[in-house]
Amino acid sequence: MTLEVHIDKRLGRDFSLEISFVLNGGCLGILGASGCGKSLTLKCVAGIERPDCGRIVLDGVVLFDSEKGINLPPQKRGVGYLFQNNALFPRLTAGENIRLAMPKTGDREERAAGLLERFRLGGLDGRLPRQLSGGQQQRVALARMLAANPRIILLDEPFSALDHHLRENMRLRLGELLRLQGDAIMVSHSRDDVYQLCGRLLTLDGGRVLGHGETRAVFHRPGRVEVARLTGCKNISPARVLSERRLLALDWDWELTTEEQIPPGTKFVGIRAHDFAPVREECPGGGNLVEMAVRERSEEPFEWCVVFANARAAPGPDRATLWWKCSKHAVADPPRFLRVDPAAVMPLAE
Amino acid sequence: MLWSAMFISLKTASAAIAVTFFLGVAAARFVAGLRRRRWKLALDGLFTLPLVLPPTVAGFFLLYVFGLNRPVGRFFAEWFGFKIAFSWSATVLAAVTASFPLMYRAARGAFEQVDPDLVNAARTLGLSEWRIFWRIVLPTALPGVVAGGVLAFARGMGEFGATAMIAGNIAGRTQTLPLAIYSAVAAGDMETAGGYVAVIAALSFIAVSGINQLLAKEGRAGRRGEPG
Repeated sequence: MTLEVHIDKRLGRDFSLEISFVLNGGCLGILGASGCGKSLTLKCVAGIERPDCGRIVLDGVVLFDSEKGINLPPQKRGVGYLFQNNALFPRLTAGENIRLAMPKTGDREERAAGLLERFRLGGLDGRLPRQLSGGQQQRVALARMLAANPRIILLDEPFSALDHHLRENMRLRLGELLRLQGDAIMVSHSRDDVYQLCGRLLTLDGGRVLGHGETRAVFHRPGRVEVARLTGCKNISPARVLSERRLLALDWDWELTTEEQIPPGTKFVGIRAHDFAPVREECPGGGNLVEMAVRERSEEPFEWCVVFANARAAPGPDRATLWWKCSKHAVADPPRFLRVDPAAVMPLAE
Repeated sequence: MLWSAMFISLKTASAAIAVTFFLGVAAARFVAGLRRRRWKLALDGLFTLPLVLPPTVAGFFLLYVFGLNRPVGRFFAEWFGFKIAFSWSATVLAAVTASFPLMYRAARGAFEQVDPDLVNAARTLGLSEWRIFWRIVLPTALPGVVAGGVLAFARGMGEFGATAMIAGNIAGRTQTLPLAIYSAVAAGDMETAGGYVAVIAALSFIAVSGINQLLAKEGRAGRRGEPG
């Protein structure tokens, strides 16, 4: 499967989307805050919204081309779409919802039964959507989407309507599905979802692409402040580059060593809240060390969340605090010092 | 006499609702699907007009178009040997004109309440627009559409002004219950008029409480089985 998307779309006076990417199989995650244009992108690919200009090509079939005046209706695109609210047809039973999307071939009943079984909907065939739980509804929506044999599936915030417990279950289930089905785009504002399910990741902000790459690489080296924020980096400070591998985090008054050479254009530095390691005693040459002045400590079920400042920072008006998150099992009581591995110091451009 | 007027009224209202239902649903679907706001507003205004105009104005227009000496009326008379004005069909025509806006507005409202994502989902599943309408949009909007239909039926049964003008008040042929009431009162026969009034009040009450019950049942069904 190859999907090529290069489109522009204006919405109202204040928002415009400009997005461009090529997907060669696998699952692409689109991560962005709400209102960044990620759902709009999916709607353009599915043919629900019409871009102002550009081109969309799926496996050599032109779905949309503003120059040639091509705009295939959604019916002819071979694109499956999982809606945020599942969009089950309320007056049709679960089974009818699934069968309606199937071509009337001889093996229709068998295929329907197969899908019902695969999504553990046996016995729910005759229920109306309103008689199903949230998780069951979503499984019907997934089965219905696959019933139409799409070439690629689009998942619009697939877990947003589920509670915590169901969410993790569905994530595993969807992971299984993606390993079989393969080609998909998933839109989400949750870094956990995209990290777990998507091999490639595109970050979007205000209708513009921030970055695009292999998911793990994007998390490890976000490169830009907004990408770091979207991938959940809690600690970001403006920085001044001191040398090839040293920079000063201005908000924390903390000199940091990086593992790799600091790229040109670096103006910020980011450290993930989980990347600190506790240190009992001050030891020379121990990497990036900071003495904690604890400001706040909050308890989560399995984690400590500690908000602290650099105890040795020169006083200044714009000193900012840092976040440290650690497992309760790993750390019983807070240490005096924290250490950050140079590999975990992320130089960031604007 | 009572039975004749009641029979004509029921026959007229039934024939009228059969026509109004399809016209109203078709018009509602058309207007709900329009993209241009200006066209939408213009057509909506036109389709709602009979609701706000005095029935005599609707009657005037009907006479103007279907009258025996007007082009359309003459066309039917000459080609089909079929006189519309002052025949039973004219009572249907008047009832359709009067009840159409109610049907149209209720259906349009119900269609516009249908979650657009249902239609979008159906499209991505490859369903034709025709099938989407009959299998998804209409069933989803059905309670609203049916409610509109019942109101339109009741309105058709109560039609007076336009009927009097285009169909006249011919006892046993075009004299519906409302016209019979008028004639009876005009003749000072309050007793007969009272009988007619009781019949029409009862029929209308049954129709309206019928929809209420239907809608209440829908509401209960909608709440039942919601995940807790």
